[in-house]
Amino acid sequence: MAINKRETIAKNIARYFNDGDFINLGVGIPTQSANYIPDGIEVILHAESGFAGQDGAIDPPWYHIEEREDIDAEWNAPKWNDKEKGWLQGHKDICDATGKVAILSKGACCFDSVVSFMMARGGHLDATVLGGLQVDEEGNLSNWMVPGKNIPGMGGAMDLVAGAKKVIVAMEFASKDGAPKLLKKNTFPLTALNVVSVVVTERCVIEFIDGKMTVVAMAPGWTKETLQADAEATLHFADVIDVMPVVEA
Amino acid sequence: MNKVVDIKTAIDAVKPGDTVLVGGFTNIGAPMNLMYELGKRPEINHLTTVSEDFHYNAEDKPWQGFNPMLLQGQIDHIIVSFFGHKTAQKMMDEGKVKLTLVPQGTLAERLRAAGAGLGGFYTPTGVGTVAEEGKEVREINGRKYVLEMPLPGDVALVKCWKADRMGNAIFNYTAQNFNFAMATAGKTVILECEELVEPGEIRPDEVQLPGVFVDYVVHCKEAKF
Repeated sequence: MAINKRETIAKNIARYFNDGDFINLGVGIPTQSANYIPDGIEVILHAESGFAGQDGAIDPPWYHIEEREDIDAEWNAPKWNDKEKGWLQGHKDICDATGKVAILSKGACCFDSVVSFMMARGGHLDATVLGGLQVDEEGNLSNWMVPGKNIPGMGGAMDLVAGAKKVIVAMEFASKDGAPKLLKKNTFPLTALNVVSVVVTERCVIEFIDGKMTVVAMAPGWTKETLQADAEATLHFADVIDVMPVVEA
Repeated sequence: MNKVVDIKTAIDAVKPGDTVLVGGFTNIGAPMNLMYELGKRPEINHLTTVSEDFHYNAEDKPWQGFNPMLLQGQIDHIIVSFFGHKTAQKMMDEGKVKLTLVPQGTLAERLRAAGAGLGGFYTPTGVGTVAEEGKEVREINGRKYVLEMPLPGDVALVKCWKADRMGNAIFNYTAQNFNFAMATAGKTVILECEELVEPGEIRPDEVQLPGVFVDYVVHCKEAKF
């Protein structure tokens, strides 16, 4: 059975959410995990751009318009400028961490960057979910830069992982060329030392238990041996290993 | 008291060699009119710019955001948390521009420290990474922290939704972002507003940025560019 890797990862991330959690979701697969939040679980989503409480996002047209006058006209259109209801339908001055127009949920609130990072760094987030490039046996995370490529900057990642109660990393088990991403020691520039709590991949879910990289769930078709063969890190295995739900391609 | 000036007079306050703090998160809450005006003054050069990111500017829109300043060589040093700008990367590789990356929360707090009169602060962010290089690391209650310094600006360019003539300001939703901290950290603060009202029209408890931080108010038609 072919699986959709990204959706499978997203679905398994959402299993870590508890009712009432205050969570930051990074760009990409972490954002997709919001689609799999189980019924009866209500979480408050944090965006470092300055709000808590999100109900969706719109890709705004002005990024795709070429002419300055046309951008100006769209940006000033009444539909993006409703001060009273804009937060429920889309307003030009509400962006999520990726620059999309965010729809806020009832009960949401907005704040400035200092407060946003007080929340992140100060231990007020129950979890932060972010993409990963490499995770090693020490729980070190590298996720912001591939040496030799253009420099994107670390954005808020270093602050988010420094303070969140739980750090959940979403990444494919191995890179596209087969190189392992679960390593003995990371080789890419670090995001933080010793912070990773959970790694969710399309093949298995790993928790750091007593400081050891421990497989707690596996997707159908994988064994301890076939997982270990594609990882450089030494994997440990829980006494009881759950079967990971997967999303078919 | 009337802090309202035209945009040219306001930008006269920016001098060559200045450190310029620029509000916004992507284009949201960015003072696009003030940036555009500064880009029309190539003689104001050797600038250090401080901003959340450097891609207010689409690469294919040379008139947008920092692009005019960058392309005319007005910027010597870019301080950001998020970069991702191919032209600036190329100029950096050629040695024309210096880049300093700062974790986003550290950037906000360094601005806050400057505005609050603090000598710096210890943060757990960036311990053991490139962000720690050359800085004091100290263990406090069993955890390691990096000493970060305040980041003041000669000028801050900030943007709000509504302001009165005394500079008291309200922001729309998430457009507050870096604008508040930067307005406290700039020696000279230029506030771009969409709507201008008379003192008394904003209820005192609605003010998000007290006018005492602001030197000039520029009333601009809202622009996205």
